[in-house]
Amino acid sequence: MIKHLRSAADLDAATATLILDTAAEMAALSGREVKKLPALRGRTVVNLFYEDSTRTRISFEAAAKRLSADVINFSAKGSSVSKGESLKDTALTLQAMGADAVVIRHSASGAPHRLAGWVDGSVVNAGDGTHEHPTQALLDAYTMRSRLGRLDGLRVAIVGDVLHSRVARSNVLLLTTLGAQVTVVGPPTLIPLDVAAALSSRTRVSYDLDAVLPDSDVVMMLRVQTERMQDSYFPSAREYSRRYGLDMPRMKKLPEHAIVMHPGPMNRGMEIAPEVADSPRSTIVEQVANGVSVRMAVLYLLLGGK
Amino acid sequence: MAYLLKDVSILGGSPTDLAIVDGVIAGDAPEGAEVIDATGLVALPGLVDVHTHLREPGREDAETVETGSRAAALGGYTAVCAMANTSPVADTAGVVEQVWRLGREAGLVDVQPIGAVTIGLAGKQLAELGAMASSAANVRIFSDDGFCVADPRLMRRALEYVKAFDGVIAQHAEEPRLTEGAQMHEGEVSTRLGLTGWPAVAEEAIIARDVLLAEHVGSRLHVCHVSTAGSVEVLRQAKARGVRVTAEVTPHHLLLTDELAAGYDPVFKVNPPLRTRSDVEALRQALLDGVIDVVATDHAPHAVQDKECEWAYARPGMLGLETALPIVLSVFGEKWDLIADRMSIAPARIAGLTGHGGDLSAGTPANLTLVDPSARRVVDPAELASRSRNTPYAGMTLPGRIVATFLRGEATVLDGKAVK
Repeated sequence: MIKHLRSAADLDAATATLILDTAAEMAALSGREVKKLPALRGRTVVNLFYEDSTRTRISFEAAAKRLSADVINFSAKGSSVSKGESLKDTALTLQAMGADAVVIRHSASGAPHRLAGWVDGSVVNAGDGTHEHPTQALLDAYTMRSRLGRLDGLRVAIVGDVLHSRVARSNVLLLTTLGAQVTVVGPPTLIPLDVAAALSSRTRVSYDLDAVLPDSDVVMMLRVQTERMQDSYFPSAREYSRRYGLDMPRMKKLPEHAIVMHPGPMNRGMEIAPEVADSPRSTIVEQVANGVSVRMAVLYLLLGGK
Repeated sequence: MAYLLKDVSILGGSPTDLAIVDGVIAGDAPEGAEVIDATGLVALPGLVDVHTHLREPGREDAETVETGSRAAALGGYTAVCAMANTSPVADTAGVVEQVWRLGREAGLVDVQPIGAVTIGLAGKQLAELGAMASSAANVRIFSDDGFCVADPRLMRRALEYVKAFDGVIAQHAEEPRLTEGAQMHEGEVSTRLGLTGWPAVAEEAIIARDVLLAEHVGSRLHVCHVSTAGSVEVLRQAKARGVRVTAEVTPHHLLLTDELAAGYDPVFKVNPPLRTRSDVEALRQALLDGVIDVVATDHAPHAVQDKECEWAYARPGMLGLETALPIVLSVFGEKWDLIADRMSIAPARIAGLTGHGGDLSAGTPANLTLVDPSARRVVDPAELASRSRNTPYAGMTLPGRIVATFLRGEATVLDGKAVK
C-alpha cells in the first residue's frame, strides 16, 4: 500500500480499485445501528485545515471517528498558524505529538508534498490550491461505479473552470487510470493549454457542451467563481451560464441513463440550474454520503488498519 | 608580491610559465617569486558576472558584500556587478557608493554596483541616473531587475537618457500583466502541478518591444537572464538588423528544466522560471552562436525560511557564483576560448570594466583564475561560502575546480581556498 495520498497519480488501477472496494464495505457499515469499527483505535489523525472547508473537514472527521481513531482538528484560525508559524514548524509540532496521519487542506499547491517531507506519518491531501483533491475524485469514481456499475469505458464530461479546479485534475487522473474516457469542456480561457499532455492522453478537450452531452454517461459540473469574470476569463455570469451552464433543455440531451454530478458547493443558476441539481439524475447528495465511506477506506488502508 | 605559475595552460594552450609582478602579467618573474606548480591547470581571464545579488544593504542574513565576494572569488570571478534591488534600493549615489565601498573593503573581487532605473524599482519615475554615473561607484549599468520597466515611455526615456554617459539599461523582461501570480513556466508541468503559469510570451513580448525601442532611439540595451527559445529568435533578428543589444543567460537556464518543480521544492523556484528542454537547447545554441553574449549567474541568495516553505510563498532565486564555471564546463566541455569570451571578455566589455576580461598578455592587469578541469566535485550546500544554501545543484557531481584566483596580482583564492 502507498504511504501518502498527495495526488491521484499516486494511485495505480489496482490500488484505486482496492480503495473503492474497501469503501463499499465501509458503506455497508453505515447501515448498522453502531457505525463504528475499532480498526484505528489508538491512532491519531490530525485534520490540518488552512482553508475553511466545513464539508471536507467534517467528512474526514466522521471517517476517522468511525474507525475509532483519535481526531485532532487543527485549523488555521485560532491556532499559532494565524500568528505566522510556518508550515514546517507546524509539521514538526504534529510530528512531536505523534500524528499517524495528517489530512491537509491548504491554499498553496504542493503543500502536502512539502508536509510529507517533514513528518513521519501518512499525508492525505484534502485539497491543495489549484492542484488536486484526490479523495474527491475517489468519491466521485465510487459514485459513478455504484450508479452505473462500471468505470472502464465510461464517458465522462467535466465541465467548467478546469484551469483552477483541483477536483478536475484529480478526476482526470483517476478516471483515466480506471479506464474512463474523459472530455474536459469549458471556455478556452479556462481549459489549460496542455491538458492532455499534462494529465492523460485519454483526455479530450471540447469547447462545445451541447456537442458533448449526447455522448456522455456522466456530466460533472465544476463550481465556477463569478470573480473569474473580473480577470476576463469570460464576459459575464449570464454568458457563461448560457454557454456552459447545465439547465433542463441541456440535460435532456443526455442519454437516458446518464448522471449529473457536482462536487459542491454549487452556484445554483450559474453552472447548474436548480431543477437539474434536484433532479433524480443528480448524485450530489449521494456524493456527500459516499465521501465518508471513501475517506474511511483511505485512512484504513494508508494506516494499515486491522 | 610576485608569482610564477609553472607549466600553466593559457586557455588550453601548451604549458608555459606565467609571471605576475606588481599586479600585472609580466614577462619574467623576479627572484623570490612564489612558484605555483600549475601543471594541468588552465588559466582564464578572471570571470566577470554582470548579474549578482549581494543582498547588502538590507538582507545581510542572506548574503553580504563580503560573503558574496568570497563566493565569487571561489567561483573564479574577479568582478561582479551587484544588482540594485537591495533595501534601501540602490537608486541614489549614496547607496551605490556604500556598496562600492563595501566591495573595496572586502577586497576579494571588484564589486561594481548597478543602479536602479526607477526610484524604489517602482517603475514610475527615473532615479538620478546621472548622479550614480558620476559617483565614486561610476555606475554604467542600470536595472530594475526583479521588476520589468514595463511602461514603454519610461523605458524609452531611460534608454535615451543614459546615452549621455555611455550607460546601458539591463532589462528584466517580464510583462507584468501576463505573469500576475505566476509560479513557474506555463506548460505541461504547470498544468499538472496546479501552479499558475509564467508564459514564455511575457518575456518575448518585452524583448521584442525593447529592441524596437533601442533601435528607434539608437541606444544600447542589455537583456537579463534570457530563458526561452522565442526570445533567442527575437534577439537573433534584432542583432542581424544591427540593433545594439546584448543578452545574458544563466547557468541554471542552460541546464535545468521545469520538470524539477514536480516535488514542489522551492529551491527550483526562480524568476524567470526554469523552462523546457527545447528552450535549454535553444539557449545553448544561442550562446555558441553569440546571439547570447554572456553567461551571468543571477546569484540570488535566500535565507532558509524563505525557501523551506510552500512553493507559492517561497522567494524566487538560486545561488550561482560558486557553480557557474563547473556548470558551463559540464554543458559545453573544455571550450576555453568560448568560456573566456562569454564569462569574462564580453561581460567586462558590457559592464565597461577595463582591466577585466584581458588576454593575459604581458603588461595587462593580472586578473585571472586557474582551473583544474580534470577535478570533479560533488556540490555540498554546507561547503559553500555564500551565507545562503539555496543551490539547485546539491548532490550533483560537476567538473572543474577553481584552484586559484588573482585580483590585480593579489591571490584571493589559493589551493581552492579563499585567502581571507
